[in-house]
Amino acid sequence: MKTVEKIIVLLFGCFLIYCTFDFPDWSDPGTPASTHVSPYYIEKTLTDTAVPNMVTAILADYRGFDTLFETIVIFTAVIACFLLLRQYKIDEPVARMYRHIPTGTTFRIKSGGKYPRESADFERIDLQYVPYGVVVKTTCRKIIPFVQLFALYVIAHGHHSPGGGFQGGVILGASVIVFAISHNLRSATHRLGDKIAAVLCTLGVFIYTATGVLCMLLGDNFLDYSALAPIFGTDPVMARSHGILVVEIGVGLAVMAAMISLYYNVSSAGKLDEGL
Amino acid sequence: MIWTLEIIVLTMVVITAVAAISVKDLLGAAVLFGAYSFMMCLLWAIMGAVDVAFTEASVGAGISTVLFVSAVFRTSRRSKD
Repeated sequence: MKTVEKIIVLLFGCFLIYCTFDFPDWSDPGTPASTHVSPYYIEKTLTDTAVPNMVTAILADYRGFDTLFETIVIFTAVIACFLLLRQYKIDEPVARMYRHIPTGTTFRIKSGGKYPRESADFERIDLQYVPYGVVVKTTCRKIIPFVQLFALYVIAHGHHSPGGGFQGGVILGASVIVFAISHNLRSATHRLGDKIAAVLCTLGVFIYTATGVLCMLLGDNFLDYSALAPIFGTDPVMARSHGILVVEIGVGLAVMAAMISLYYNVSSAGKLDEGL
Repeated sequence: MIWTLEIIVLTMVVITAVAAISVKDLLGAAVLFGAYSFMMCLLWAIMGAVDVAFTEASVGAGISTVLFVSAVFRTSRRSKD
C-alpha cells in the first residue's frame, strides 16, 4: 500500500511540475497580464485613488469583492470552529489547582472544597503543572503595547507601505494570544471574552458590507467608494482613499477577532477554562 | 549574488516541507511547518512581493503555528490504538 501511495504522489508531482512549463516566464513582459492588466493599474492607481501602494489599492478598491469574500471565508471558519467545538455545559473538574505566590506552594483542592478567592497572593493554575514564569509574564506585559501599536500602524499605514487590514489584524490578534499564552486562558477571556470576540468579528464584516451598501444607496456601484465623497467632504479621488481605510479597519477587526476566537476554541477544546 | 540566496532558500523550502510531512512527532511537524512558512516568506520577499511576504510571515509563520501547537497540545503523546 505504501508503494502505491508513493507512486501516486510521485506521478501527480511530476504532472504538476510538467504543467508549470506552460506558465510564462517570471517577469515576462509579453504575457497577457503584463500587457493588458498591469499597465492600467501602474498608470491609473495614483490618479484614480490617491494611494501610493498599488497592492492595497488593487486589493481593497479595484478587487474589493475578493477581499470581501476572503473576510467572509475567515468569518465562516470562525463560525464552523465555534459550532464544532464550543461547549457551554462544562462538568466541574475533579480538582482545581491554586498557587500561593509568596511561598510558591501549590494546592490541589478537590471539587466541593472551599476555593480561595483569586487575589495578588492566590492564583488559579491549570491542572497540568505550570511553572511560575515571572520573566515571561513581565516581558510579555511590556512588549504587548508596542506590538499593538505596530499593528495599528500597519493597518493605518497600508496606503503607503506594505501592510493593511489582514496583516495588522493578525498582529493585533497575536498580541492577545501572547497574553493568553504568557498568563493563562482565563485571564485572557476575562479581558476579552469570546462573546465580545464574536461580536467584533461580525462587526468587522458588517463595516465592510455596510460601506459597500452605503455606496449603493448614494447611487453608485457596490464598493465604489467615490460615491462617499459627500460624506467625507472630499473630492471623489480622495474619497476612494478614505473608503479603503474604512474597509481595512473592518477587515482588521474581523481578522483580529477571528484569530482570538479560533485560538480560544482550539486551545481549550471549546471549554474556555483551561488551555495552553 | 541574489540567485545563490534564492537557491539556498529554495533548498530549505524543500527540506522543511519533506521533513514536516515525514517527522513522527506532531509538535516537531508543527514547528517545521512554521519554518517552511518562514522560508516561503523569504522567497516572496526575494521575488519582490513584500505584501505577500508580510502576510505569510504574520499568518503562516506566526498565527497558524500557534494554532497548530495549541491543537497538538490537546492530543496525547502516544496513540491509543
